[in-house]
Amino acid sequence: MKFGIVVFPGSNCDHDCYYAVKDVLQQPAEFIWHGESRPKSVDAYILPGGFSYGDYLRTGAVARFSPAMDAVRAHAAQGKPVIGICNGFQILLEAGLLPGAMLRNQNLHFICKYVNLRTDSLKTPFTQKITAGKVLRVPIAHGEGNYHCDAATLKRLQRENRIVFRYCTPGGQLTPEANPNGSVAGIAGICSERGNVLGMMPHPERAMEPCMGSVDGRELFSSLLSGALARRG
Amino acid sequence: MSTSKAEWIAEVFVTLKPSVLDPQGNTIQAALHSMGYEALTGARLGKYFTLNFSGQLAKAEVERQVKQMCDKLLVNPVIERYRYQVASAPKES
Repeated sequence: MKFGIVVFPGSNCDHDCYYAVKDVLQQPAEFIWHGESRPKSVDAYILPGGFSYGDYLRTGAVARFSPAMDAVRAHAAQGKPVIGICNGFQILLEAGLLPGAMLRNQNLHFICKYVNLRTDSLKTPFTQKITAGKVLRVPIAHGEGNYHCDAATLKRLQRENRIVFRYCTPGGQLTPEANPNGSVAGIAGICSERGNVLGMMPHPERAMEPCMGSVDGRELFSSLLSGALARRG
Repeated sequence: MSTSKAEWIAEVFVTLKPSVLDPQGNTIQAALHSMGYEALTGARLGKYFTLNFSGQLAKAEVERQVKQMCDKLLVNPVIERYRYQVASAPKES
C-alpha cells in the first residue's frame, strides 16, 4: 500500500509519518510537495501535523488552497483513504472534507501529552482491526484542538457512527477531566460519510515503537493495511 | 511621487458566533474583572482586516469582491460571522 505524505510549508510531522509508514510498516511512501498539482499514484494520503503557513488566519485555512489538495479531494471523492493528523485534521475541516471547525483549547494552553482514546467506530478502514473496548494511548500536541460543530452536525455524526475517537480515562470512561481541550462530546477524531476520510488530533505516528512510549498507533495503520490486503486478495 | 487618486479601503470585522465558546474572550473578561471592572458582563475577541483596492473600481464591485473574499477565505462560516464597510480614502504617498 503506497502512502503519499503531503508536505506543506510548516508541516513538521511529515518525517514522523514517513518513518511510521516506511520503516515500521515497511510500506512504500513518498513526500508530496504541496505545490504539486499532478495527481499521484498513491493508495492513501496522509496530511501530517505541523503549522502549515504558520497557522496564519486560522489553522489549515491557507493550506486548503494548496494545489496538492485538488488531488487529495479527488482521491477522497473516489472513496480512497485520507488521514489528516492534527494540523492535517484542521486542513480537512477547512477544506470541507469533514464537518466542523477547531477552536483554541479551552484552557488556552498548547497541550503536549499522552491521552487515552476510545474507539467508538470500528467500522472504518482505519479502525477495523482495533479490539472493541481497547483504550489506545496516543500523544496529542496542539493549541487548537477544541473541536466544535453545531448541535445538528453532532447529532448527525452520532447517528451515522462517524465519531471515531473520543478522549477517555485509562479505563475507557468519558469524563470532563479526560477531555484535554474542551472538544464537544470529547471528540478526538471523526470520519467522512463513507468512512474513508479520517481526521484526528492525536498523533498515531508518534506511538509506533516501544521506545516512543506506546505502540498503539500501529493499530490504526495495520487496520488500514489489512483492509487493503483483503481487497487485493 | 504622490497621485491624488483616491483608493478604496474595506474594513472587515470577524467575530465568533454568539453560540461559539470564546476561551480567549473569557480569559480577557476574567482579567478585566480582576482589575476591578465589575460591571463588565462580556468580552469577545475578533479579527479586523483592512483591504485596499484600486480607485478604478466602482464601490459596488469592491463590495462584491470583499464579500467573496470573506466567504472564500477570511471567515470560517462554521464558527464565525462578519460585517464590512467600504469607504474611499486618499492614497498615501
